[in-house]
Amino acid sequence: MQQVVSPEHLLFEARREQMFITGSEAVREAIKRANVDMAISYPITPQSESMHLVGDIYKEGYLREYFRGENEFAVMSAIAGAAMGGVRVFTATGGPGTLRAFEMFSTWAGARLPIVCAFMTRGVNSPLSIQPDTIEMAFMLDTGMIILHAENSQDLHDMLLKAYCVAEKTDVHIPVGVFADGFFVTHTREKVEVPPADLKLPPYNPYSAPVPAMDMENVPFRQMRDPFVMKSNYISYAAHASWQQEILAAAERSRKYLAKYLGGLVDVEYADAEVLVVASGTAVSVSREAIKLCAREGLRAGLVKVKSLRPFPAEEIKLVTRGAKAVIVPEFNRVGWLCREIKAVVEDNTKVVGGPRVFGGMTMPAGLIISEIRRCFA
Amino acid sequence: MKPGLFKISPGFEEVMPAEYRELVEHGPYGAGMGVADLGAFKELLEEHPLCAGCGLALSLRLFLASLPAPQDTVIVGSTGCSSLAFPQVALQNIHSLFGNQNALASGLKRALSLRFPDKVKDVVVIAGDGATADIGLDMVMHSWFRQENITTVMLDNEAYANTGGQESGMSPQGTVLYMAPKGKKFPKIPLPEIAREAGCAYVGACSPAQGKRLERMLRRAILVAREIGPTYVQIFAPCPTNYKFKPNETLTRLKLLEKEGVFQPKEYITREAQDLLNKLEGGGKP
Repeated sequence: MQQVVSPEHLLFEARREQMFITGSEAVREAIKRANVDMAISYPITPQSESMHLVGDIYKEGYLREYFRGENEFAVMSAIAGAAMGGVRVFTATGGPGTLRAFEMFSTWAGARLPIVCAFMTRGVNSPLSIQPDTIEMAFMLDTGMIILHAENSQDLHDMLLKAYCVAEKTDVHIPVGVFADGFFVTHTREKVEVPPADLKLPPYNPYSAPVPAMDMENVPFRQMRDPFVMKSNYISYAAHASWQQEILAAAERSRKYLAKYLGGLVDVEYADAEVLVVASGTAVSVSREAIKLCAREGLRAGLVKVKSLRPFPAEEIKLVTRGAKAVIVPEFNRVGWLCREIKAVVEDNTKVVGGPRVFGGMTMPAGLIISEIRRCFA
Repeated sequence: MKPGLFKISPGFEEVMPAEYRELVEHGPYGAGMGVADLGAFKELLEEHPLCAGCGLALSLRLFLASLPAPQDTVIVGSTGCSSLAFPQVALQNIHSLFGNQNALASGLKRALSLRFPDKVKDVVVIAGDGATADIGLDMVMHSWFRQENITTVMLDNEAYANTGGQESGMSPQGTVLYMAPKGKKFPKIPLPEIAREAGCAYVGACSPAQGKRLERMLRRAILVAREIGPTYVQIFAPCPTNYKFKPNETLTRLKLLEKEGVFQPKEYITREAQDLLNKLEGGGKP
C-alpha cells in the first residue's frame, strides 16, 4: 500500500534511498511514485525497456490500466483520449516513434492535456539508425509542449515526477515532454536517489482542469452556433488565434512552477567565467568533464545547463552570457537547434560558437569541447 | 450526468438563448426518447452546416435521437463533413484528428471505466468513410482486435466530400471522382464483413431512409458494446453534392438503391450478442 503525500514531501523532504540503476529503471521508479492511472506502450529502441518496466509495475498494482497500442500515432491518440477522460497518464517513445506520432503533440497542447511523456532520443531515418542523436528535439520545440531535457538518470527520475506537478496546475495544464538522450541515459547505470516506494503523489483531479473533462458529468453545451472551421468566419479565426496565444501563455505561466520544482530553468557553474559552455542533456556531463580538465590548464570556463527548453530561459541566458567573451554550444545533433536558440537571445551573438556537434550515433569526447575552450581563450 | 445537473441558474432564464432553454426544458437527457419521439423533444443537434439534402445530416439526427443514454454518452468524431456539425451537438464530443478516432476512443473508454466502474458511460465513434475505412483503418481494426467496448459508426457518403469530392475506399468501383480521373479501380471496401471477422460482436448496415431500423441497429450496437465488445454500424448515404443529384432526391435514391440491391442492409450478430439482445429485447425478434 502506498501513502499519498504532498509533492513537496515526496520531492524534497522524504529521505531518499540510493539505487544503482539504468535510465529505464529510473523511469520505472518515477512512475511507481507518480500515482499514474494508465500507461500505454509501443516498442521502439531505445525506449522499449522503460515501458516494459512500467508494464511490470502495472502487474504489481502500481497502475490501474496498461496496454500496448498499435503504433505511436495510435498510442499518443489513446493517451489523449484517456487524459480527456480525466485520468493521469504516461507513455514514452523516441526518434522515429516521435516523428510517427508527431501530429498528436500539438493536439495535446491545444486540448490542454496534462500528459507526461518521456522521449528517449535517437537518430531518425534515412539511413536507418538506432543510435543516439537529439535531432527530434528540433521538431518538438514548437508543438506547444513544455520541453525538459534530462542530463542523467537522476534528472530523468526527478523531472518525470516534477512534470506531473507542473503539467497539472490549472493555470498551466499542458503536456510536458521529458527528454533523455537514448542509450547514454537509458542504457547506462548510475547512482540515483529515490524517495521511498511506499509514497506517491496525490491523485489527479480532472475537475481542476481549465477545460471540461469529457465524461458527461459536466453540463454539455453546444460550443458554438457556427461551425468553427467554416471559411471567412471571423469568430473561428479569432477563437483559434487567441487559443494559440493562450497555449503559449500557459507555458509562460509554468515558469514559476519550474522555478519551484526544478530550481530554475538553468543551472550555472562559474557564471563569471570568460568562456561559457551552454548545453542540455548528456552534453552537459561531457561539458562538465571538459571544464574540469581545462581548469587544470588554468583555463577557467563556466557551464550553463539548460533544463527547460520550453519555456526557454531567454532572460537567464541573456544575462549570464552578457559578460562572457565566448559561448560554446556542444550538441548531439547535426542542425544545432540549441545553438539557434542561444544565438537568438545572446546580445552579441557573434561570440556564440556553434559546436562541437556529434551526430549519427557517436559519443562526444571531452577533447572536442576542450579544443573549443582552448581556441576561445587563445 | 446526475439528474438535475443541467439547469439554468435562477435569474438567468431570460438571458439564456432560446435553444438552450429548450434543451434544458425539453432535452432528451435521461428522458428515454427515441426516433419515434422526434418533434416531441429538443434535439441534440442545433441546426447544422451541412449541404442541403445531405444524408449525413439526417443520419446524425437519427443517430443522436437513437442513443440509449445521451446523458452518459461521449462521442468521438474525426475530420470530415460530419465534424462540421459536431460543435453544434449538445453532447460532450471530441474531434480527434483524421483517422485516429478509434485509438482515442479506446483510451477514453478505458479512462471512463476506471473513473466510473459502476456506471454506464457509452463511448461512440462516429466518422466518415475516409476516416474509418482509409486513413484510420488500422486504428479502427485494432480497436476491434483489442475488443474495446466501443461502438464505431461510419457515415458512408462514398467520397471525401469535405475536401471537394475525392475517391475514397468506399466509393463504388468505376466512379469518376477527383483523384480517380479514370474511374475507381477497385470495389467498395467490405467493412461490415471485415468488422465481423475482426471481432465485432454486432455489425449493422443501414441507411437513414429507414429511421426506425437505424435506431434499432444503433441501440443494439451500443447495448452490445457495453456488455460484450466492439460493435460496428455502417450508415449508407451518398453525397448529393459530389454525386451530383438533387437535394430532394436523397431518400428516394436510397430507397431505390436498396430495392435494386445496390445497397444491402446487413446484420451480423455473434451468438453471445444475440443471447444478450434476446434478454434485453425480451424475445429478440429483430
